[in-house]
Parts: sequence; C-alpha cells; structure tokens
Amino acid sequence: MPGSLPGVLFDGIAYGSLLFLISLGLSVTMGLMSFINLAHGAFAMAGGYVCALGMERLGIPFLATLPLAFLAAAAAGALLERTLYRRLYRRSPLEQVLFSLGLTLMAVAATTWVFGPGHQPVRLPGFLLGQVRVLGIDLGVYRLFLVGVVVLIALLLAALLRGTRLGARIRASVDDAQTSAGLGIDVEGVFFLTFTLGSGLAGLGGALAIDVLGLDPTFPLKYLVYFLLVVVVGGAGTIAGPLVASLVLGVFDVAGKYYVPGIGAFVIYGLMIALLLLFPGGLRRSAR
Amino acid sequence: MSAVLRTVRLSRRWGALQALREVSFTLEAGARHALIGPNGAGKTTFVNLLTGVVPPTAGEVFLDGQPITWLPPDLRVRRGMARTFQITNLFPNLTVLEAVMLAVCERNGLGWRWRSPVTACGEQIEEARRIVRDLFLAEDADTPTRILPYGKQRLLEIAVALALRPRVLLLDEPAAGIPGGQRQEIFSVLTGLPREVTILFIEHDVDLVFRFADRISVLASGSILAEGSAKEIAADARVREVYLGEARDA
Amino acid sequence: MRTQSRAVTVGRLPDLRWRPVEIVFWAAAVAAFFLFPRYLVLGSQILITGLFAVSLDLILGYAGVVSLGQAAMFGGGAYTAGLLATHGWSEPISGLLAAAAVGAGIAFATSFLVLRGGDLTRLIVTLGIGLMLYELANQAATITGGVDGLSDMVVGNPMGLFAFDLAGRTAYAYSLAVLFAVFCLCRRVVRSPFGLSLRGIRDRPERMSALGAPVRRRLTAVYTLAGAVAGLAGALLAQTTQFVGLEVLGFSRSAELLIMLVLGGTGLLYGGLVGAAVFMIAQHFLSGVNPVYWQFWLGLLLVLAVFFTPGGILGTLASTWYRRRRPR
Repeated sequence: MPGSLPGVLFDGIAYGSLLFLISLGLSVTMGLMSFINLAHGAFAMAGGYVCALGMERLGIPFLATLPLAFLAAAAAGALLERTLYRRLYRRSPLEQVLFSLGLTLMAVAATTWVFGPGHQPVRLPGFLLGQVRVLGIDLGVYRLFLVGVVVLIALLLAALLRGTRLGARIRASVDDAQTSAGLGIDVEGVFFLTFTLGSGLAGLGGALAIDVLGLDPTFPLKYLVYFLLVVVVGGAGTIAGPLVASLVLGVFDVAGKYYVPGIGAFVIYGLMIALLLLFPGGLRRSAR
Repeated sequence: MSAVLRTVRLSRRWGALQALREVSFTLEAGARHALIGPNGAGKTTFVNLLTGVVPPTAGEVFLDGQPITWLPPDLRVRRGMARTFQITNLFPNLTVLEAVMLAVCERNGLGWRWRSPVTACGEQIEEARRIVRDLFLAEDADTPTRILPYGKQRLLEIAVALALRPRVLLLDEPAAGIPGGQRQEIFSVLTGLPREVTILFIEHDVDLVFRFADRISVLASGSILAEGSAKEIAADARVREVYLGEARDA
Repeated sequence: MRTQSRAVTVGRLPDLRWRPVEIVFWAAAVAAFFLFPRYLVLGSQILITGLFAVSLDLILGYAGVVSLGQAAMFGGGAYTAGLLATHGWSEPISGLLAAAAVGAGIAFATSFLVLRGGDLTRLIVTLGIGLMLYELANQAATITGGVDGLSDMVVGNPMGLFAFDLAGRTAYAYSLAVLFAVFCLCRRVVRSPFGLSLRGIRDRPERMSALGAPVRRRLTAVYTLAGAVAGLAGALLAQTTQFVGLEVLGFSRSAELLIMLVLGGTGLLYGGLVGAAVFMIAQHFLSGVNPVYWQFWLGLLLVLAVFFTPGGILGTLASTWYRRRRPR
C-alpha cells in the first residue's frame, strides 16, 4: 500500500509505464496504418499466458519467460498481419472495429475454453519481491523493476528510431506513407515490422502486468478502453504522446482510487475526455 | 458597377508556407471573371477563404459591402454565395435528383421539415427536375451519384450550385478532366446564366477563359500578378513569363 | 456490385407509402404473438432490442455518427423507468415518456463532446461516456441498487388494461405497440427533407455546409432524437422485465447492438429489427448451450463478414464511409 504522496505517485508511474509499454504498439498501428485495432489487448494477453504457463507448467524462471512472451506475441502479430490485417488497411473505421472486435471475441473465447475463466497467478522470483527504501520512501521492488524495464525499452526504441535506417523509414512512413512509397521505401515491410514489434512489446507488457493488473481471459476487453484512451489522448503515431498520457492516466488512476475510492474510475474517464477535447489531435500530433 | 465581392489584403499562411499574400480583389456585379494561374498559385485556397471553409490569417472579405470574414460557410451560402469543387464533392449514395432536391430544400428553408415526406414538396420537386433537365441530366435523375460517369458528375456539381439560386457563383475548374466535346455543354449552360448571377471561375483551359471571361485575374505564388481584359492579359509579358517559366521547368 | 443506394425508396424520392414487404413484416410480428406463445418473453426482448437498434441506425446509418456508447441513453431510460416504478409511480406510459426525456437529455448534454472530432474520437468519447455512466450507476448503489440492480418495481397495467403476466403476453403486445408507434415516427423523420439532409451529412458533411445547412445543429437534433428512442427502449426493458441491472449501461450492450445493426444492414431502419431478431434468436439457442462457444462463433462471424461480404451487408457501410478521401 502506498501510504504517502510520493508512494502513490511512484505507483502511478509504474502503472502508467506498463500501460505505455502495452499501448505503444497500438499507437504505432493507429498512427502508421490508421488502423483501429481493438484486438491489441489480445497480444498482451497472449504474452501474459505464455509467461504464466511457462512458469507453472514448464518451470521456466520468470525473467526467462519475458523474452518468450515477447517472441510469442510478436510471432502471433507477424502471422496475423501477413494474413489478415494487411488486407484491411484501406477499409472503413467501422469495418476495422468490427473485425478487431471479432478477433478479440475469438481470442477471449478460445482462452476461456482452453485455460478456464479464472485468474492466472504468477509467482514472482524472490529478488523481485518486497520493498526497498529509496530517498526515504518505501518503493516496491517489482514496480521499480517495471519502470526500469520500460525506461530501458523506451531508450532502445528511441535509439532505433533516431539512429537506424529502419527507424528513419518508420518515421518517414508515419509522416507520409504515399510519398515514402514513392521514394522507394518498402512501406508494406515497415508496416509488417512495426506491427510485429508492437505486438511483441504488448506481449512483454502483458507478462509484466500479471502482478499489477491481473490476468484472465477477459483482459483484452477489460483494459481496452485504457489502451485506446492512452493512444487517442496522447496522439496516435507518436511515442512521447502516449507516454505522457499513460503516466497521467496511471498517476490519476492510482491517486483517484486511493484518495477518492468512490469515484476514482469516474475521474479517469472524465479527465481523459477533458484532455481529448482540449487537445483534439492528441497531446502530441504526429507531423502530418 | 458595384462590387459584389471584395477582399482587402487577404492572406493565408500554413506554417512557413504563405499560400496567399495580401490579395486585394474586387468582383463586380454581373461579371464573368476568370481566375487563372499556375498550379499551386493559391487559387483554390482563395476560393476556400471566400467561402469560409478556411479562415484567413490576415485581411477581410466583404459581400455586398458587409464584412463576412468570420462568417461560417453555411451562413455565407444563405447570403447568396455558392461554389463548386475542383475535386468532385458530391453525395455518393444519393441520386442526382436527391442531390439537387437537397439544395433546393435548403434554399427554401425546408431542411428542418421532418413531418412530411420529400415527395410532398411538390414545388421543390418540379424545380429540381427543371434544373436536372437544363443540365442534361434528365435521364440520370434516379441514378446514384456513385455510379455516374465523371463528366455527368461535374454537371451535377454545377446543378447543385445553381439550385441554390446564388447571386455569386464560384466555380473551381468546372470542366476539369472532361473531354472536349462535353466541355461545350458545361460552358453553354454557364453562358446562359442571367447577368444577375455574378460568376468567378477558376479554369486552366485558356480557350475557354478567353472565350468566356470579360475580366481575368492572374494569381501566381499567392499574389495577383496581373488583372485586365482578355486582350490585356494575353499581351502581358509577365503572365507569359509565369506560364512559360513553368513550361520550361516542367 | 450493388446496383442501388439503399435509400428507403429504390431510385425514387422518399415517400411514406407502405410497401408490401413492410406490411408482411409487421403482420408477421403480430402473428408471432399467436404462433409462438412459449417464446413471447424472448419475442418482447427482440422487439425492445430492435427498437434500440433503430436508435443506433438513426445516428449511424442515416447520419454517419459512429457510437459505441448508445447504452448510456438506453440505461438512463431503463433506470428512470425503474426508479419511477420503485418509488410509487407505476403508470407505465408516463414512465416511458420520462425515460425518453432522460435519454434525450443525456444525448443532448453529451452531443457537444460526441459531435466534435472525427470517427475515432467519437468512438472513444462515446465509449468513455458509457463507461462513466456505468461507474456512476455502480457507485450510486443506494439509488440504483448497484450490482444487484433494481428489482422491487411495481409496474401498472398499460392503458389500465392488461396486467403483466409471466407468460409475457402483455409484455409482447405492449412492446410491439410501442415499437410500432415509435418506428412510424422514425420512419417519417428519415423520409422527410430533414432525413434527406442527414443522409447528405453522412455522405459529405462539408458539402452540406456548402449548401447552407447547419450541420452541427442537424446532427445534434438527430442525436437527441436517437437518445430519446434509446431511452424509451430501455424503459420498455425495465417495465417488461421488472428489473434493471448494471449491464444496461455496459459496453457489451453497445457492442452487441453495433453488431446486430451491421449484420442486419444500416440505413434501412428495418435492418436493426432484422439484425436484432437474427442475433437474439441465434444467441438464445446457441449461447444457452455454451456461452464460450457462442462468443467464439460470433467473433468468427464478424471476421468473416468483414472479409467476405464487402458488397453485401457491409457494402452499405463501405460506401457510407468511403465518402472521405484520407488526406495522406
């Protein structure tokens, strides 16, 4: 339990970074391909189940399941992008919503069928449990770990985008896919790679999230609205936008539930809608 | 003659791009005024500013002497302005007759009528049918716009604008992309319009411009380069430079 | 390729004449009362959901407004009728009217948020509003009964005539009568010049402005009307089942509604009724067996529908939405 303002803030930041990790792929998909993918949470769930079951049934240590979760979700993303998603990039938003909603329902149903409707527990390794005193505040070790992982990944991504040719191609395609294609950039390939990467990150986030958000077959639907809010309020197609939005949402959600438990959730939706109206294009617009 | 439409130092910039710089322009009542210029000169932006689709970053617009600079598009239409679009901007799922009916009903203030069906608006239907006939679209009256051939869509664009009985008609390349023979149809309709209707049209086809316009303004890089009668413009060296310069670079 | 736009008339201006297929439809609805006496409870649920679908069709099919939050007005109307009945006001017709007013009020109040921005923003905002109201009802458990819901409703006899019976006969007849009355009103609205202008707005809003139409105000008007209809449907549900639970405000209700309308066909007014009937009958027989099975096949159906019926049911949507060229 947080107990103090800095503690609450930190918890909120941890929660927010988790949301950011999962939603990043969605932001890129919506910004790059203009595709509304309501099924994004299913990739997170897939990663979560790989982690939980890897630990429980195969005895794989927690830290080792994390790259597995990433890879499994990325593989699922790659397969689905190649076969299904890429045919729908030009369809209307409503059709994209219906398609991804259908995929989500299938994922939720299949997961319930195979693994049962209950929560999947996760037993964190000992060195990630407990609290540590930092600057006079007691912070959860696991949450510190979370923030650390997300920061590391964010830095890696920033390096990728700024420093590599692939990153340049991604940025160009986000800015203007048509012109980029005209310049010889393999835009389809960029779509494929970013979708795969985004799904992988979601899977990783899903695995990390088990302890914080819980994991059960309804995960994709339960948290869907948060992922969408973070991307739309933050600005699809950017990284900084959803980052800020996730942190804001994370902090206010935790603070809301702690200080005003009755109307906590209400505050979140109200805040996000207010932000959306103040910044109709998102907090950070991708350069169009 | 009085000025029906007037702009004073109208400007529009998009970030670093100055699309229009201080354009002061006068459209006289009853004119057949052409606006020409190379691609990217700012002609469509100018029309967007006149119709209120885009707000100016500086300058003013006057209609019949009244300032309309900040008036929203639908209110400018109510004051007698109508336009056509360079890229056909019609209603894909509505038939030709329905599209014209929309315009006629809006003009008659029937847009809020909800209690009786469209078929009960006898007068408006007659008027709509008449306009459709005059624009050579009679046999396509019940065809959805979506499957209309391009040339007829351009005619429908004009029909819809005319159905508003505007006093000022802004035509953005009305015959764009239409093969030669059909262009005659379009311009014959336009020449047939009464002088109460003031027309400003953007056009690239030099023949049509010289045949139809009594006054021409040349827009280049966001400013008016030259203005005058067809003969004056044809003789103007700067105009030729702008067009020939373009041809040289192309 | 589809040959006609799915206007309510085929290739002619909208009128109010009753087509034979419409008469058959309503006759069948009446006949069902006598032919399926053991399924009247399901039947009235279908009629109510059909009315709810009509409210979504008004804004989505006719005006082009995407919404994942129509349940907000539906639930608002349901709780209004429920609360009235719980607190001594048992006259049902006035309960319906009150619910319609509340639904209209919620719609009007939120229209300023919803009508701003593009489709994606609308999806999020309507979703968010629905979730907010859900939370609100959840928290105000002393009033709404929270998770347990309102159950001690006392609903009087409609028009002072027949009492609500367990077999659902009164419920069915009552629902059918209300549905028909409201449907006729909506039918009149969509075939009027106002309705025509909505279809124009759906196709090209900026062109409608260029015709002198006050687009925002027209959309606000139809959104409010749709809210009233949704509220009415919610009240019907409350009164006929004498129960109101939190799920009337839930996301799944809005999502299922969207699916029903899309399967049946948007922009036809009857599409919602047909979609509701097909969906709920299928759900009744398949979901009872195994809800997971139902959920999976529904998801699969949606995926297949998007891929394989571009010219069919969803063709209407496609041409509705292809109106905007994406500026890339």
